[in-house]
Amino acid sequence: MLYREAGQFKASYAEDARIFPIRQDRIGFWVLMLVFGVAVPLLTNEYWLKAILIPVLIFSLAALGLNILTGYAGQLSLGSAAFMAVGAFAAYNFMLRIDGMPFLVALVLAGLTSAAVGIVFGLPSLRIKGFYLAVATLAAQFFIVWALVKFPWFSNNSSSGVVTAQAVTILGYTFESPEAKYVLTFLIVAFMALLAKNMVRSSTGRAWMAVRDMDVAAQVIGFRLMRTKLLAFAVSSFYCGVAGALYAYTYIGTVEPEGFNLDLSFKILFMIIIGGVGSIMGSFLGAAFIVLLPIFLDNVVPALFGDALGAGFVSNFQLIIFGGLIIFFLIVEPHGLARLWQIAKEKLRLWPFPH
Amino acid sequence: MQFFIEVLIGGLLSGVMYALVALGFVLIYKASGVFNFAQGAMVFFAALTFVGFQEVLPGWLGLEAGSNMVFWLAFLLAFIAMIVLGIATERIVLRPLVNQPHITLFMATIGLTYLVEGIAQMVWGANVRGLDLGIVDEPIAWLMDNYEIGVSKFDLFAAGVAASLVALLAILFQYTKVGRALRAVADDHQAALSIGIPLQTIWRVVWAVAGFVALVAGMIWGARNGVQFALTFTALKALPVLILGGFTSVPGAIVGGLIIGASEKLAEVYVGPMVGGGIEGWFPYMLALAFLLVRPEGLFGEKHIDRV
Repeated sequence: MLYREAGQFKASYAEDARIFPIRQDRIGFWVLMLVFGVAVPLLTNEYWLKAILIPVLIFSLAALGLNILTGYAGQLSLGSAAFMAVGAFAAYNFMLRIDGMPFLVALVLAGLTSAAVGIVFGLPSLRIKGFYLAVATLAAQFFIVWALVKFPWFSNNSSSGVVTAQAVTILGYTFESPEAKYVLTFLIVAFMALLAKNMVRSSTGRAWMAVRDMDVAAQVIGFRLMRTKLLAFAVSSFYCGVAGALYAYTYIGTVEPEGFNLDLSFKILFMIIIGGVGSIMGSFLGAAFIVLLPIFLDNVVPALFGDALGAGFVSNFQLIIFGGLIIFFLIVEPHGLARLWQIAKEKLRLWPFPH
Repeated sequence: MQFFIEVLIGGLLSGVMYALVALGFVLIYKASGVFNFAQGAMVFFAALTFVGFQEVLPGWLGLEAGSNMVFWLAFLLAFIAMIVLGIATERIVLRPLVNQPHITLFMATIGLTYLVEGIAQMVWGANVRGLDLGIVDEPIAWLMDNYEIGVSKFDLFAAGVAASLVALLAILFQYTKVGRALRAVADDHQAALSIGIPLQTIWRVVWAVAGFVALVAGMIWGARNGVQFALTFTALKALPVLILGGFTSVPGAIVGGLIIGASEKLAEVYVGPMVGGGIEGWFPYMLALAFLLVRPEGLFGEKHIDRV
């Protein structure tokens, strides 16, 4: 009744090309922005910001990066965590080695470094595809982490590659409190998500999707495969790199290369599976789900079964639930949470008179 | 030179162990087109089940611990567990996902990995156990005395097991009715269905066979490094073997395993010191990657032709 487009006319091309064609969506979007941008940091406590909201945002960004590569351009990657590592360590080195480097510039440079590395490891995609490519991206995962540990220059000669992020200062204001860090992360993530949304709606995104659906056909009708695929790798790595830098600077503070291991790559992959492959919204839903699930299980499992079973039981139970849920999701809704949201919207448009 | 040969042989023999794990991947990929990421977890599950039964059986049946009887009974029970796991996988995971894109199935097997790891540790506990096959890991005296080349008895034994396993699989594939059906399914699902080969039965058989391979691989790896969670990472070592040999070829898995094993050890010894060591972790992938640039379908893989 409330959610329908009746009476909303598109009178100009600009209106036709809007991200949210329905007014209710636009209002909903701004309400969401206000809630998460203003109300949440004012109302929630430090635990929520530090342990839940900031990681959800950062992983959303990483998932967004992988989604661009896997969901839109169709190139499966198992090395997203490595590109996060590149971003984190690049940002650290830019801040460390260049005097007076502004944080935001370092962030962009970190993203660009990561993009460059991404292009290098994306080169094989021109020759190989499918599972062969997925395995090839594992090379990136192992090589990058090894290189960051092995060459002490990257971590400024600290032992075993552990680095501590410098203070984040923008225009003389130092982001120290969790609220400030949250707002900063939120703004960056929101901006980049908007950028991604527009990218996938434009010719770039259409080229990616054409390559995803059938690369030979896309090539035949005139898309340049090399450019399209490498651009997807570059943009995806850029997003992962920025996510990695944020991970170091606004979330953890102290990072080591081993933290960006294969497990994290898989986690990011799960986020896009559960959230929805080929959906910007899905990246956020998936990240929220994967970050919240272990926290939820940590609290619920001992409450259900008591403490007698011990920590080992809880962690194994988590593994089982995790694996089971992934299989369940793939069977029940291969298009993820984003698809459920889509279906809900379609239903809502007709509600309460479906005929 | 002696040193070179020693490293080479050691590498080749460790390559055999990779090949054992890679075999399980190839079997399932050939028959069902599923890239089964859970193979490593299955190796872990199989080894843990075997050791677990070995521990509890003497108590249950009043047998003498460590006797042959216990060994074979545990082996049999672990094999049955793997068959059950295979059938359950087919029923619960694969059947509802029929006709989904390959990538979805691949992701489902990643979920399966977590599930199997969790169940294995929940049932048998997470502590590291030893597994004794009765073969000592020491150099063969005769070779050591005459040529001063150290070749581990255990490695040689593993190679023997792998060779007989491959022979067994070859016989199964070439000379039995099930084998013919398996090859037909591997060739073309629809054609196989239309001449009356029950696809789902074949899948169950394949998963059971892959479970058997995982059990053998798990026992050998377990005897080498102890039965522990790290066994699941053997699957990752098998991946470059696979891309080198081609996903669909049994000989490819063996040859790929040998190449990866040998080159990885040689690289670690001769190139490693130049860059600070520890390159074993990524060298196989880089090698496989470089190789793929020349031959995208691997050594023995089927050439892929795209039709628009």
